[in-house]
Amino acid sequence: MTVAVFFGCAFIAFGPAFSLFVFTIARDPLRVIILIAGAFFWLLSLLLSSLVWFISIKASNSQDLRLQRDLLIFGVFFSVLLQEVFRFAYYRLLRKATEGLAAISDEDTSAISVRQMAYVAGLGFGIMSGAFSMINVLSDSLGPGTVGIFGDSQYYFITAALMTLALTLLHTFWGVLFFEGCEKSRWWVIAAVVSLHLLVAGLVMFPLDAAGELHITRASHYCFTFIHTARVI
Amino acid sequence: MNTSDSEEDSYNERSALVQCESPTIPSYNQDHDVSLPQQTDTKRRRPVSSGLDEPGPVERERASTPDGEEEELTLKYGAKHVIMLFIPVTLCMVVVVATIKSVSFYTEKSSQRLIYTPFEEDPNSVGQRLLNSFLNTIVMISVIVFMTIILVVLYKYRCYKVIHGWLILSSLMLLFWFSFMYLGEVFKTYNVAMDYPTLVMIIWNFGVVGMICIHWKGPLRLQQAYLIVISALMALIFIKYLPEWSAWVILGAISIYDLIAVLCPKGPLRMLVETAQERNEPIFPALIYSSAMVWMVGMADSSNPGSADGRLRNEGGARAQEEEESEDDVAHGGRRRYSAEEDLEEDRGVKLGLGDFIFYSVLVGKAAATGGDWNTTLACFVAILIGLCLTLLLLAIFKKALPALPISITFGLVFYFSTDNLVRPFMDSLASHQYYI
Repeated sequence: MTVAVFFGCAFIAFGPAFSLFVFTIARDPLRVIILIAGAFFWLLSLLLSSLVWFISIKASNSQDLRLQRDLLIFGVFFSVLLQEVFRFAYYRLLRKATEGLAAISDEDTSAISVRQMAYVAGLGFGIMSGAFSMINVLSDSLGPGTVGIFGDSQYYFITAALMTLALTLLHTFWGVLFFEGCEKSRWWVIAAVVSLHLLVAGLVMFPLDAAGELHITRASHYCFTFIHTARVI
Repeated sequence: MNTSDSEEDSYNERSALVQCESPTIPSYNQDHDVSLPQQTDTKRRRPVSSGLDEPGPVERERASTPDGEEEELTLKYGAKHVIMLFIPVTLCMVVVVATIKSVSFYTEKSSQRLIYTPFEEDPNSVGQRLLNSFLNTIVMISVIVFMTIILVVLYKYRCYKVIHGWLILSSLMLLFWFSFMYLGEVFKTYNVAMDYPTLVMIIWNFGVVGMICIHWKGPLRLQQAYLIVISALMALIFIKYLPEWSAWVILGAISIYDLIAVLCPKGPLRMLVETAQERNEPIFPALIYSSAMVWMVGMADSSNPGSADGRLRNEGGARAQEEEESEDDVAHGGRRRYSAEEDLEEDRGVKLGLGDFIFYSVLVGKAAATGGDWNTTLACFVAILIGLCLTLLLLAIFKKALPALPISITFGLVFYFSTDNLVRPFMDSLASHQYYI
C-alpha cells in the first residue's frame, strides 16, 4: 500500500491501453470522438444493468446472503448481455454515421474504415470498463492499509490490475470481431463473442469463491443458460 | 466571504452557444493586426491574441458556397474543432478535480454563504432543505436575469466604458484575490513555508501578465492557459460557497435559463445578438476561450470587412456568435463561436464561452467532492464531453443559435445521480467479490 503499488498497478492495468491511445488514436480527432462515444455507450449499458440489479436487490430480502450473491451473479450476466447489445447499437450508429459521411463527401473513401472504427470502439469499451473496475481500487491503494489483513488474498491489487488489463484488451478484440461479424453478417462470430464474454465473466467467479461448489455449479448453470439463450437468439 | 456582483455575473453570462453570423469587427482587427507579426510563431501562422478574439467576423455569405461542399468541409473540420474544445474543457476539469481531491479547503463547509444564496440549508429536514435550495436558486437566477438585462440595456445605450470598467474590475479580482486565496490554501495543504515578499511577487506577476494576456495581447497558449485557470478558480469558488442541494438545483435551472434566453424571441441573449448584428460590431471581448490559429496567407488586411473572415463555413457545427458582452460581468453569455474562412485557408478555430467551462467544472468538481467515488467523477466527465459533442452536432444540423449548457448539464446530472445511487453499489459489490464484467 504505497505509491509504488499505486503506480505499479496503474501501469499494469492501463499501460497498454494508454499506449494504444497515444500511438494510434490521439492524433486523429475523429478516432478520439469515437473512443469517447464508445466509452459513453458502455457507461449507458452499465447504468441500465445497475438499474435492473438495484431493483432486484430492493425487491428481495436483504438478509438472505445467498440470494444476494445469486442476484449479483445474475446482475453480472445481465450486464454482459446488455454490453453486447449496446455494442451492437453502437455499431449501427457508426454505420449510419459513415454512410452519411460518405454520401456527402466527394471522396470515394470515407475518413475512417469500419475496421478502424471497430478497433477504436472496442478500445473505448475496454478503457471505460477497466477504469470503472480499477479506479477506486487504485485510489485506495494510495492510502494507508494492509492488504489481506483479515485473511483475504494479499494479491488483491495485482490481480485486480491484471484482470483489468485482460478485460481492456479483450474488449478491444471483441470489438473488432463483433463489428466484423456484423459487417459480413456472420452471426456465429457474434455469438462466439457474446459467449466468450459470458465465459470470461463466469470464469472470474470461480477461483476466489472460497465457499464454492454450490456457487460454481450455480454460476455455470447461469452461464450455460445464457449462452444457450444467446445462441438461440 | 461575499463575492462581488461582477464575479457572479461574469461567469453566468458566459455560457451559451449561439450560432449565427457574427458581425465583422473592422475596428478591432485594425488595432491588433499591426502587432500580430511579433507574435508569429510559425511563418504563416499567427496566434490570435485575445483582442482578436472577436468572433471572427463572419459574413453572411453562406449562400455563396454550394451546400455539398459546405457540408463536407463541415464534417471534415468538425471533428478537429470538437477536439479543440475537448482539450481545454478536460484540462479545466482536471485542475478542479485535482484541487478538490487534494486541498480540503474547497470541500469544507463554512458558515459563510454568498449573498446570492441567502437561505440556509438545514440538514435535518428534507422538505425544508429542498424548499430552501429552490428559493436560493430563484434568487440566484433572478440576479443573473437582472444582470443580463442591465447588460443588454447598457449595450443598447452604448455605455461601452461602463462595461469595460466592470470587466476589468472582475478580472482583477479573479486574477489577484482568488489566486492568492488558492495559493494560500495549497501552501497550507502541503505545509510549504512561504514568506510574504515572495508571495507578493508571485501573485503580482501572475496577475499582471494575466491582465495583459486576457485584455490586451499575448501568446495564444498563455492566454488559453490563463482562461482555463480563471475558469477553474471561479468553479472552485462556486463549489465552496454554494450549499449542497442548491448547487445541483442551480445547475439545472441555469441550463433551462440558457435554453430560454437563447431560443426565445424576447430572450435577453438573443436580443443582444440581434443588436450586435444590427450595429455590425462585435460584442465585447468577453472572456472567451479561443483556440484560433489564424493563417493570414497573403491577406493584407483582415480588418477589411469584405474579405475578412470571409465566408461562413459551416464547420463541424459550432457556429456560435460571439455574444459575450462583457466578460466578467453580465449575466449570461458565454457564447461559443466558431467560424472559419474558406477563402484564404484560414482556420479560425473555435471559441467557447468561459461560463460553459465554469459550469462543467462545477458539476464535475461537485461529483468529485461528494462521496469520493471516482467512478461518479469519471461518468460525469464522459457525459459532459458527449453532451458537448452532441451540441456541436446539433449546431451543424440546425445552423442556428443554440445554448451550450443544456445537453451537457442534463447528461451530467443524470449520470451523476444514477452513478452515485445505482452504479456505485453495483460496482462496489463487484469489486469486493472481484467479479469483472
